[in-house]
Amino acid sequence: MSTILSLPDQTTAKLPRKHFLNQEYGLRSWLLTSDHKRIAILYLCSITFFFVIGGVLAGLIRLELLTPASDLLATDTYDKVFSMHGLIMIFFFLLPSVPATIGNFLIPLMIGARDVAFPKINLLSWYLFVTGGMVMLAMMVLGGVDTGWTFTVPLSTHFLNTNVVAAATGVFIAGFSTILTGLNFLVTIHRMRCPGMTWFRLPLFIWGHYATAILQILGTPVLAISLVLIILERTLNIGVFDPTKGGDPLLFQHLFWFYSHPAVYVMILPGMAVMSEVISTFSRKRVFGYTAVAFSSVAIAVFAFFVWEHHMFIMGVSQYSALVFSLLSMLVAVPSAIKVFNWSMTLYKGSITFEAPMLYAFGFIGLFTIGGMTGIMLATLGMDIHLTETYFVVAHFHFVMVGGMLMAYMAGIHFWWPKITGRMYPETMSQVAAMMTFIGFIVTFFPQFILGYLGMPRRYAAYPADFQVLNVFSTAGASVLGIGYLLPMLYLPWSLVYGKIAGDNPWQATGLEWQIQSPPLTENFIEIPIMDHEAYDYDWLANKTRHEVQTVG
Amino acid sequence: MNHISPVLWQFLIHWLQQFAIFPPEASTIAPYADALYFTLVAVTIVGLLLVGGMVVVFSVRYRQERHPQAVQIEGSTLLEATWTLIPLGIFLVFFVWGALLFFRIYNPPANSMNIYVVGKQWMWKVEHPGGQHEIDTLHIPAGVPIKVTLISQDVFHSFSIPAFRVKRESIPGRYTTVYFEATTPGRYHLFCTQYCGTGHSGMIGWVYVMTPEKYRQWAAGTTSGSSLAQNGERLFSVMGCNACHAGNSQARGPNLYGLYNSRIRMTDGSTMIANDAYIREKILNPSLHVPAGYVPIMPTYQGQISEEGLIELVEYIKSLDSRYRLTQMMNKSELDSAQPAPIGPANQGVGAAPLQHAPASGVPKP
Repeated sequence: MSTILSLPDQTTAKLPRKHFLNQEYGLRSWLLTSDHKRIAILYLCSITFFFVIGGVLAGLIRLELLTPASDLLATDTYDKVFSMHGLIMIFFFLLPSVPATIGNFLIPLMIGARDVAFPKINLLSWYLFVTGGMVMLAMMVLGGVDTGWTFTVPLSTHFLNTNVVAAATGVFIAGFSTILTGLNFLVTIHRMRCPGMTWFRLPLFIWGHYATAILQILGTPVLAISLVLIILERTLNIGVFDPTKGGDPLLFQHLFWFYSHPAVYVMILPGMAVMSEVISTFSRKRVFGYTAVAFSSVAIAVFAFFVWEHHMFIMGVSQYSALVFSLLSMLVAVPSAIKVFNWSMTLYKGSITFEAPMLYAFGFIGLFTIGGMTGIMLATLGMDIHLTETYFVVAHFHFVMVGGMLMAYMAGIHFWWPKITGRMYPETMSQVAAMMTFIGFIVTFFPQFILGYLGMPRRYAAYPADFQVLNVFSTAGASVLGIGYLLPMLYLPWSLVYGKIAGDNPWQATGLEWQIQSPPLTENFIEIPIMDHEAYDYDWLANKTRHEVQTVG
Repeated sequence: MNHISPVLWQFLIHWLQQFAIFPPEASTIAPYADALYFTLVAVTIVGLLLVGGMVVVFSVRYRQERHPQAVQIEGSTLLEATWTLIPLGIFLVFFVWGALLFFRIYNPPANSMNIYVVGKQWMWKVEHPGGQHEIDTLHIPAGVPIKVTLISQDVFHSFSIPAFRVKRESIPGRYTTVYFEATTPGRYHLFCTQYCGTGHSGMIGWVYVMTPEKYRQWAAGTTSGSSLAQNGERLFSVMGCNACHAGNSQARGPNLYGLYNSRIRMTDGSTMIANDAYIREKILNPSLHVPAGYVPIMPTYQGQISEEGLIELVEYIKSLDSRYRLTQMMNKSELDSAQPAPIGPANQGVGAAPLQHAPASGVPKP
């Protein structure tokens, strides 16, 4: 297998003498840091912790569903397990996954800035995230919650005796960390670009995060409102969602999905942002149709706010409003389709190599296409009636969120690992992990589409025996998938000590972040760079490399 | 789709059923839903082959060994316009197709048979107009359009019959409806698909589709003796409703005869249609909208009547409308004439007003 990898001579290679990781030592230097790179690593550790919890819960779900009866877990326990799986994975892993880790690390580096606009607020957002996470953990230890991640009223307000208030508080607090991160990114991208870094010279990674930041800032407050209303309704009985007091339980769903649909774009847009970088680098080509890809991110961010009712087509909303929302949901799919085609076309006449990040990116394209097309099926009004609230929906959003987003996250972590740590991850092992993830994922979630069309409802602890065969497939696939995720958790820490020294730019990528030492200095750039070329300009990179060789020689 | 080749179609259906790729088609809607589904799946496969084909072919042809130097290409407006407009066109086709199906499922024809279903933690309580009650089972005749009116007594539930390809949320405080016409007698799954607490996965049951003849026998053998409207009439007097709604000129409340489906003018000048939801809301929250010419003196019955009781009252008040009674009677005779056996004794709603009574509309007379 050929490679574009250009590592320095390993017999003499050394990590840079001074970088952000050895600038200061000790717990204090981490907990009080305002360096965006260190905060990114704090986030990386915390979300990995929550991913493990969420993953174990997912394993329990799949084991319980191996048999039709509710035998491994009691029904109540099962309800808690899937609720907490959803809450943890969405609010404490997927939402912060790429933006708070990779985004936090890279946005200043990519636009040629020394830090984000508000470094202390950046640290505050991590503390808010951890506080929210601690509340969640306390809630789990004290007995958990079984509302489902959607907190549907009046179930969550009047019919459950579990820790609903604690769970809502945890998510509420973590929500502010999202808002602050979004705010920080928005201001950073507007105000901190280096000279010459015009909007259309920005890497597409930045465009994706810009769109994400808009959604985070405008959407998350609505979630906060709905969670506060839940808490007030539950503790003070204020009655906004209670039909016997003149309230409307459907109002909650409108509020909740007004946030939670944009939230899925908060999750997927940063993944798409990673994709553009990875695909371009490993095919050594400028992303096909840069402007279309950039604007499709913004288009997704705008449309995202006007499709929420497609979660409620069967809920007695006006049939004419359902028409409007179905149409808008069709429209929001178009920019995603444009992106997929543009990425595929980027490969045309490229010079492609197949390192682990690229394999993950290929996985993303395949799985996200399936996830997107099944989204069209669900947006199709008459079809949604049969498909919604079944395993079809479960499979659909796992294809987008896990097949899409998690693949992109893994691609990103592997791609920038040499930049973050200065060392390479083990290549063959990572390629194996990427393939296992892909195969395991397909075997886990593809049967769920069929289960869904057969009518198997979501969130069932026990199910009719007709559905068992497909569930066994799904559980078998989940074990492969589990190993696929476990491997990187083992070899990535291993590579911190034993990985090959990476050098500044092992992938020969064009981004500004690759033109500085790995790991970077605390202040990122010794002097602020001047951007004098387009993004993804491989000719510029080739010239620069030749020039360097001449001066050294 | 089945006009291409009925034999091939039958074979395909048989093969798919053997491998349980999709549930039995047991309603008139199901073949339409499946045709849409298969088209969607076909388009997905084409799209996937296209994208996958691009990725695989380019990966093979332009891998670094074969193509060491990448050729930089800016983009192509023509190509990008193509893959913007073609998907958009396809999505719009599905939008229209799906909308047609949606309106079909959620807009019952006027001659549908009415069945009421109350969802509660964790059971489905079914009320037939003839006064038959069932829990977690639903008996229906094949070949008759059926309108199910749903409501929930506590949390959200969702009434799903996969074999019919229909589903509708049952919502606290709000009537929703769903329509289907079963085609094949048999036993089919009934699920609650909205997470509703501990017993969610136990909130399942069976739908029994029967021939009209069998259904008639079942209905005759299961009835409690009085119809839903008769139960409602009894409740109406037990709750003392007729003290005010006596229907004569001295009554303090509006006349309820012919009220159903009429347009009512409110004190604030707006008009409302007196549908099921209107009648229910008037019982529970009478002072929210007051009909013109009346003072809000009616007390609320919130918390005093169960959802089943409300359904009986609503059905009774509906039965006071001659047109409604007439449709119900015609449905009944349609059902009876659908089988060769002689027409049995009709267990019809109470006949409280003469049939030739002109339907009231506009402002009810005080």
